[in-house]
Amino acid sequence: MTTTTVPPPVLGLLARITGDEKHDPSAHSTLDVVWVLYDQVLDVAPDRTDDPGRDRFLLSKGHGPASTYAVLAAKGFIPHAWLDDVASWESRLGHHPDRVLVPGIEIGSGSLGHGLPIAVGLALGLRIQHSSARVVVLVGDGELDEGSNAEAIATAARLGLGNLTCVVVDNRSDKLGWPGGIAARFAVEGWVSADVAGRDHAALRTALLRTAPDRPTVVVAATTDEFRGADQSDTAVTDLTAKGAAA
Amino acid sequence: MTRTPMRERFYAELGSVLDEDPRVAVVLAVIGAAALADTSARHPDRVIDVGIREQTMVGVAGGLALAGMRPIVHTYAPFLVERAYEQVKLDLGHQDVGALLVSTGASYDASTAGRTHQAPADVALISALPGWTVHVPGHADELARIVRREASTSRRVYVRMSSLQNATAHPVDGLLHLVRGGAHALPLVVAVGPLLDTVLEATSDLPVRVAYTSTPHPLDTQGLRTLAGPAPSLALVEPYLEGTSAAAVAAALADRPSRVLHVGVPRGQELRRYGSPKDHAAAHGLDAAGIRARVKELLG
Repeated sequence: MTTTTVPPPVLGLLARITGDEKHDPSAHSTLDVVWVLYDQVLDVAPDRTDDPGRDRFLLSKGHGPASTYAVLAAKGFIPHAWLDDVASWESRLGHHPDRVLVPGIEIGSGSLGHGLPIAVGLALGLRIQHSSARVVVLVGDGELDEGSNAEAIATAARLGLGNLTCVVVDNRSDKLGWPGGIAARFAVEGWVSADVAGRDHAALRTALLRTAPDRPTVVVAATTDEFRGADQSDTAVTDLTAKGAAA
Repeated sequence: MTRTPMRERFYAELGSVLDEDPRVAVVLAVIGAAALADTSARHPDRVIDVGIREQTMVGVAGGLALAGMRPIVHTYAPFLVERAYEQVKLDLGHQDVGALLVSTGASYDASTAGRTHQAPADVALISALPGWTVHVPGHADELARIVRREASTSRRVYVRMSSLQNATAHPVDGLLHLVRGGAHALPLVVAVGPLLDTVLEATSDLPVRVAYTSTPHPLDTQGLRTLAGPAPSLALVEPYLEGTSAAAVAAALADRPSRVLHVGVPRGQELRRYGSPKDHAAAHGLDAAGIRARVKELLG
């Protein structure tokens, strides 16, 4: 499943960023997840970007934020014209997003391994204040290499953060593989886990809407042709220099 | 390890700060958790011990601040500042949120623990990041006033506790205060935090004035310019990495000819000895004899 069903206007917005009308949207591994989140899952709106009760989407994997920018533009958070000069001197949109500059961007990210620990604190802070808002944080499978994620995975589970969902977009870019599968790394700590096909909007929606009251949830969204199995012998190793280019 | 007066006072203050302000949450990585057991029982949701996970400790603080809470983060200086430095830079500063970081184990307080538990570069590192205020209280009463005041703000604040403290508390208004006056032409010795009494002892019979601050960053540059006068002869004595305040002092005095001496923990070599903090102070030239010898350079 490598084709996307994200609506053509959103793909058009994405093309304004990439500057390439023929660019294969499937190269943007986060596009479908981010679209489904903003279109069908999150309680957010452009006129409520400071509302304490809004849901939070944290793009931890700050590399390749083009799909997030395109979705924010499609949903009215930022002007479409912002997409035409990304990373220029005058632009608020960079190759890594900055929450201070972009309405709807909840964290500045780029250095890997920061989003999940921040999401744990955010979910905890919302729970302390009896907010019903959810926190959804998107990390990459390669990003999971950062040890800070291991700290946060254990902490979130022990704190019983039912308002936290971690989406792992698995495009098999991690360097050394995850024997046993990524979901198992979370499940062993007590997370509710689900493996879904990363381009299947119905499956993504179902998985992203599912939460448990006393446990965090992980959704591993595979954006390569096959689900990741226990056998990692055929794991494609992505050149790290290409990681910044592909969303 | 017995707890020092400043640290004891910090744990006591946290209890009432949590009682009074529902915005405050304390984030720990094991260190301090036992001392806060009673407080934690009263506020189980707002005393958060993440285990031995300092990256997550600071990341969680960033998330709490994004949720509108006021995080107070506490552990040993090297683990708070050096181990989690990128988290301090990105999860707080880059997100444009604040936290109150309170360290224990200043410079060589943990002398018997060795280099792993010492971080004389902490103030230099924190003050290299934008938007931070650094307090180095010289007395438990100063610490208590600083913690209570800063807990009610949303600023990025680093507080450096020490086992060393002065006999009496001084103002904690962020300004430079003259402790021992004299003719305006006399050299000025600025003592930071818990080194004040040592500086006073070291210079008791020397022709110098002595001033004090518990807030080295941002330095009270206006106060320094006023006290230092048109042609300053100045020594700045800090209980951490020597020259930490050099750039701030140089900028403050850029418009006048000045002679400035920076006294602190030497940068050149790791001291591979245990012993007491007193032993380390002597080895670093930060006991009364060492400071006296350095200040006399100004008088020669």
